[in-house]
Amino acid sequence: MSREKKWKGALKAAFPHTIPIFAGFWFLGMTYGIYMNVSGFPFWYPMLMSLTIFAGSVEFVAVNLLLGAFHPLQALAVTLMINARHLFYGLSMLEKYRGNGWKDFYLIFGMCDESFSINYTARIPDGVDRGWFMFFVTLLNHFYWFLGATLGGIFGSLIHFNTEGLDFVIAAMFVVIFMEQWRKDKEHLSSLVGLGATLLCLIAFGADRFLIPGMLMILAVLTALRRPLEKRGEEL
Amino acid sequence: MTFTEQMITIGMIVLGTMLTRFLPFLIFPAGKPAPRYIQYLGRVLPSAVFGLLVIYCLKNVSLFTGSHGIPELFSIAAVVGLHLWKRQMLISIAGGTVCYMLLVQFVF
Repeated sequence: MSREKKWKGALKAAFPHTIPIFAGFWFLGMTYGIYMNVSGFPFWYPMLMSLTIFAGSVEFVAVNLLLGAFHPLQALAVTLMINARHLFYGLSMLEKYRGNGWKDFYLIFGMCDESFSINYTARIPDGVDRGWFMFFVTLLNHFYWFLGATLGGIFGSLIHFNTEGLDFVIAAMFVVIFMEQWRKDKEHLSSLVGLGATLLCLIAFGADRFLIPGMLMILAVLTALRRPLEKRGEEL
Repeated sequence: MTFTEQMITIGMIVLGTMLTRFLPFLIFPAGKPAPRYIQYLGRVLPSAVFGLLVIYCLKNVSLFTGSHGIPELFSIAAVVGLHLWKRQMLISIAGGTVCYMLLVQFVF
């Protein structure tokens, strides 16, 4: 297969997977850009930040960090806490995000929730280059986010639209991805642990501080279940 | 904050994000099989993480105030129903989202 054919085929296969992200990201990105704009930042701030950070939730928090007093270490600590879930993605992608040459670096750089979820679960058709497919999923998502953030930053408060509730598209996508993974798994304990532990910690610790306890609890329960789960895995 | 301080702050956020993304790949380099425990985590974590992400997206839903999470619950049921019925990712996602937008804009 020629090089050009390879990437074109992968782009065609990858694009449909990113359509929900397109819907969600231009909207969320724009919200973020508008938020930056009304907070008094020129448009190239959200532009630069959407390019270099590409992690939605932390960019919203960044607005407050930039408006507050100068605490670089606090900024680092907050970022590490919000983004700690990426560690889980990395552990899951140790094989998939390797052996794709220079693309590996970009794949890891752009491993946001959505890119990870699509690249982990997508059934990539035979004959489509895996590396290019995952590369374009990541690149398209990155581009949607960048476009939304920049447009929001430029047009800011001029925009009035009734898109209330559109952000649900991301939640809907994760529900579908959860179901697809459920279908693929022979053993559903891990899915249930993920839902249950996180929900429990959300109730116990509240929306602002449940993520880290939730992750620790998932890690602890899955570690405790290692023997039975591995045993069952061998029997299946 | 001065311009330089702002750029340093942004730089710290970039650094923090990159650390969380690159760390596993740096700790467990290519060519050497990762410890069995890490391989096990790599196998079982994704399913749990997708559960975590579903909850994470819904973290600001309040069951006791406002619309009591009814639009969210109803729309998730729509997503699940559509997906069990058609198993077309885009139809399930679009259907659930339209359902949610109609509910929050016109009903609640």
